Amino acid sequence: MSGRQPVLTMTEISKSFPGVRALDGVDFRLFPGEVHALMGENGAGKSTLIKVLTGVYSHDAGTIELAGQQVSFTGPMQAAAAGVSTVYQEVNLCANLSVAENIFIGREPRTLGAIRWGEMRRRARDLLAQLDLHIDVSQLLGTYSLAVQQMVAIARAIDIQARVLILDEPTSSLDATEVEQLFRIMRQLREQGIAIIFVTHFLDQVYGIADRITVLRNGRLVGEYPTAELPQLALVEKMIGKELDVLESLDEQSKRDLAALEASTPFLQAEELGRKGSVAPFSLTIHAGEVVGLAGLLGSGRTEVARLLFGADRADHGRTSVDGKPAALRNPIAAIGHDIAFCSENRRTEGLVGELSVRENIILAMQAARGWLRPIPRRRQDELVDKYVKALSIRPADPEIPVRNLSGGNQQKVLLARWLITEPRLLILDEPTRGIDVGAKAEIQKLVVQLSDGGMAVLFISAELEEVLRLSHKIAVMRDRQLVTELANDHTVDADRVMQTIASGTHHEGARA
Amino acid sequence: MSTSKARWAAVTAHSLFWPAVALVALLVANTIYRPGFLTVEMKDGHLYGSLVDILRLAAPLILVGLGMTLVIATGGIDLSVGSMCAISGAIACLHISQQPDQNALSGVLVALALGIGLSLVLGAWNGALVSIIGIQPIIATLILMVAGRGLAQLITEGQIITINSEPYKSVGVGYLLTLPLAIFIAAGVALLVAAVTRRTALGMIIEAVGGNAEASRLAGIRSARITFLVYVISAVCAGIAGFMVTANVSSADGNAAGLWIELDAILAVVIGGTSLAGGRFSLSGTILGALLIQTLTTTVYAMNISPQTSLLFKAVVVIIVCLVQAPAFRARFARRRPVAPAAPTAADQSKEQVPA
Repeated sequence: MSGRQPVLTMTEISKSFPGVRALDGVDFRLFPGEVHALMGENGAGKSTLIKVLTGVYSHDAGTIELAGQQVSFTGPMQAAAAGVSTVYQEVNLCANLSVAENIFIGREPRTLGAIRWGEMRRRARDLLAQLDLHIDVSQLLGTYSLAVQQMVAIARAIDIQARVLILDEPTSSLDATEVEQLFRIMRQLREQGIAIIFVTHFLDQVYGIADRITVLRNGRLVGEYPTAELPQLALVEKMIGKELDVLESLDEQSKRDLAALEASTPFLQAEELGRKGSVAPFSLTIHAGEVVGLAGLLGSGRTEVARLLFGADRADHGRTSVDGKPAALRNPIAAIGHDIAFCSENRRTEGLVGELSVRENIILAMQAARGWLRPIPRRRQDELVDKYVKALSIRPADPEIPVRNLSGGNQQKVLLARWLITEPRLLILDEPTRGIDVGAKAEIQKLVVQLSDGGMAVLFISAELEEVLRLSHKIAVMRDRQLVTELANDHTVDADRVMQTIASGTHHEGARA
Repeated sequence: MSTSKARWAAVTAHSLFWPAVALVALLVANTIYRPGFLTVEMKDGHLYGSLVDILRLAAPLILVGLGMTLVIATGGIDLSVGSMCAISGAIACLHISQQPDQNALSGVLVALALGIGLSLVLGAWNGALVSIIGIQPIIATLILMVAGRGLAQLITEGQIITINSEPYKSVGVGYLLTLPLAIFIAAGVALLVAAVTRRTALGMIIEAVGGNAEASRLAGIRSARITFLVYVISAVCAGIAGFMVTANVSSADGNAAGLWIELDAILAVVIGGTSLAGGRFSLSGTILGALLIQTLTTTVYAMNISPQTSLLFKAVVVIIVCLVQAPAFRARFARRRPVAPAAPTAADQSKEQVPA
């Protein structure tokens, strides 16, 4: 590989945002026919580097050479025309257009200006067939799952005759089979000589497919390594810059006395709660100080359960009670009134207000509960915000910058801080660690343990079984929009058993309707 | 040198910099055309001059613009403010015209209370359509924009009601402490709106609702109430502006009063840097925008630009201001011409701070 010329060379790239030095003299090389993993914590500069490459951002200093020629793109369209295609972390397609339109938008096959719809649909079908995806391409994209949308985005990127394909967190919303499908495509493209930049937080995936790894930390280059020469532990250490033993110590803490918990009055009890077209009626109890994990595949109804309990969606079936007394959780305000908090998995659309500052986002829920006539005194705001910016190590530690300038992991922490200052008794966390690096993930897991030790009830939703197993006292398993069983998380439960339950829908003990 | 350059860069990046420059440029152009433009004279204890006129005539637009700013910040729009002006002016004039003594202060105060009361009801109607029934703001307020003119006509019975009431007239052309009363009213309402939005949490909550409605709902904000409230505030602002418009001419014309003021108000908000998509809003920006628009109108009259072309002239200036203000346009311009067009002088620097 060293004998060949790199297809892409980025040299001494620097980029600053107001209050943030996102990239500081970063070098990056990419060879044809390799899968190159770009690794780093949240805020390390991965996404910024990619946006500089594709011209979404202009860089302050440094040079970019593509196939020996110096380039400086003014936007993704220009980059794509030069053979640099990107599939972004958050699917950025138009949900209100058809699948075929999304794939060919801006470059539709035309005759005399008129679009040849038939050919467009046929080509879209062929393209998706290469990815083993057989769907109706004339349907609106929004009617398909996030995973399918991701595949469509990839199909679109591949079809632009890319020399460099950038996959920014493509797998965070895919399940195991879909990931395998994607890897098959990536290998196929690699054989064709396409260079792939692969950004992910899943270490196993890096070792499953990447040829080389470049690690960034705090906007600086740590190094470039062949995958085979960099063991996992060494990689994690390079990413976070310190030894990591937090995760191991967590395992001991979370195994606590279940019997005592179960004997107390449950904080929240849902009986036959359900909503047509969303999730089948389910029953669930959560005690103070208990972490209930919600496991299941993508689209199995985990989020829907959380939304019903928070009143984000209105239940059309069943009852809820808080502290043993009936309590209708009709809307978020009612749920918040009962000290329930909900961190949505979609931080950007359902969590934060991007243009408001970190401070304003943190105090938003507390202020909403007080009503606008009783503003939180500025000094109190600053105290609270300071405390949580420190406690959760939110970076950059400037509470006055717009929250949209923060990286994904830090945005997640801001959302957590918003709810923590309201001192909830039940915290619902929907995929709090999705798209987050190892260090921040460990911090959030540690926080969950601390909070439940302090008597807070937590409903923890995650696609990662290991995480659910590590933190939960009790695991509720979802399958096909039904809560199929509850497992007490004792020594008999392991990932295989939960996996089996998810796969088969059957369970070994105490069946629930 | 580099620090002053950095400071200059910070000043030009401010969202109100270009509107302020445009305002100063207009004033300069007027002064060149008519050297006496900037002079302000004291006559009979009153200040007279073009600048005073601009402030006085801009007062209704500032009022309507303040309410419009809050509505737009929630992601909505209020097209009915022009009709609201006509309605509140009509009901006030009708009441005064029925008094035996039109100069009695009590009758005028009741007239003003009636106008405000009716504005509250109509604002509540708009607010209910948008926040409770969930009609798109542009459609919901279009109803009153059209029907409101009819309502004003009904109140005046199709006639132009003329009145002869000194206390009412003073709302439009009266003086207080050497300056027109209208300026004090506009300034008072501006301070009140600023206090209500920025001294409480209302401003931030409006910005949250406009910035991300779903996230705000999930954070427990009663966004329906907030939305309802901003339409009521907007209607009351328009109602007060309606008094000024009708007091200026001592008559209520259901067709002409406040005609097209909604478009000027929306323009003032946009020039002031508040996005039509909602979110962050700037009250001082809207005031600056309203002053710019009124200065432009005055300029058109003062320069004897023919009435046929005056609207076109106004449109061209507005387009230029909006383009220059847009970062995307400036970036393109800067890329084509890397050298700065003209070095800023000290005079420019001191001037641009005046209106801000």
